[in-house]
Amino acid sequence: MMKSLFIIMISAILTDNFVLSKFMGICPFLGVSKKTSSSLGMGAAVIFVMTCAAIVTYPVYTLILVPLSITYLKTIAFILIIALFVQLVEIVLKKVMPPLYNSLGVFLPLITTNCAVLGVTILNIDNEFTFVESVFNAFCAGLGFSLVLLIFSGVRSKMETSDIPETFKGVPSTLIAAAIVSISFMGFSGLVS
Amino acid sequence: MSNLKELTKGIIKENPTLVSLLGMCPTLAVTTQALNGLGMGIATTFVLIGSNIVISLLKNIIPKSVKLPCYIVIIAGFVTLIEMLMKGYVPELYKSLGTFLSLITVNCIILGRAEMFASKNKLLPSLLDAVGMGAGFTLALFTMGSIREILGAGTFLNFKIPYIETMTIFIMPAGGFVVLGCIIAIVNKLANKKPPQEMGCSSCPNASACNSKGECE
Repeated sequence: MMKSLFIIMISAILTDNFVLSKFMGICPFLGVSKKTSSSLGMGAAVIFVMTCAAIVTYPVYTLILVPLSITYLKTIAFILIIALFVQLVEIVLKKVMPPLYNSLGVFLPLITTNCAVLGVTILNIDNEFTFVESVFNAFCAGLGFSLVLLIFSGVRSKMETSDIPETFKGVPSTLIAAAIVSISFMGFSGLVS
Repeated sequence: MSNLKELTKGIIKENPTLVSLLGMCPTLAVTTQALNGLGMGIATTFVLIGSNIVISLLKNIIPKSVKLPCYIVIIAGFVTLIEMLMKGYVPELYKSLGTFLSLITVNCIILGRAEMFASKNKLLPSLLDAVGMGAGFTLALFTMGSIREILGAGTFLNFKIPYIETMTIFIMPAGGFVVLGCIIAIVNKLANKKPPQEMGCSSCPNASACNSKGECE
């Protein structure tokens, strides 16, 4: 049990990182990684929503979709749950914890269409994880996402001041910097076989 | 005449991937082979056409306050349809596209077009817009896939190319970032315009639902 959880943690954070090797959540990765503070906020919001999405979607899949043999509806069911859930969290946070809402609230609407959130719930089902494994996998995937976002915001702040050819300014140079970060993460491959 | 413009604008001038920078995740993830890129492009085009038609027809019925969930359900419906079709007819392609087939649901291109175009225009322009945008997306994916397959695996559409030294890095994730970065730079150079400095709220499909514009940048 502990061993499988440890393997899930290493692979979700380092070897099979969501952003750099599974290519999920590229849009927020490129859009929100400009400032360290906003990348931290986005990361925290993603960890929170991913973990909760895994907690909610797993029982829906095993207790409703499987017994009724309508598992082919999982995409529709999951995206609806996520959209609903994000809306709910936004409303509750606004009412109950205004300071937290002020720091995370900006990023919540962006998360509904973040493919990393839908991706992690579907991958949990495809990998046939148990409930505990699913939730843990989602949490670690969010952690990996935040880690890369944080590292990359550091890289980008250095790039701001560097002299880049006119044609490559902006997104092209950002993508190439992402490639270099991705190569450095390739060094972790082989940690889990 | 204006209808023709709706059709062609998506292919080059407003190419969703290379100019508007939408739908980056599938662009990077499935383009290790030209054929996968083509398959993903066609599947996305199918969903785009279906959702644009339905949303354009329902634009007066869907209440403003719940339009985002409504769009998502319509899109997810078409995604489920194409998933089942591909599982039945092209099981190999279905297997290699994997999770990303389900993730068409959250592809920013589709939600973006629904929000920006189909919800404001009549049926025919929406249909043409979807065909054009789909073609542009497919073209970008096919180009990416071709470059990565030729350089990384030394094949093209699974045919072996002689006398080419392969660089495996190009079919690794890192290669995807490099190739996409270079293609965007080349497109900018050819179009002779200033490169997109950053991804702002203009390219975000949630821009209209977002009540704190510009704060996330």
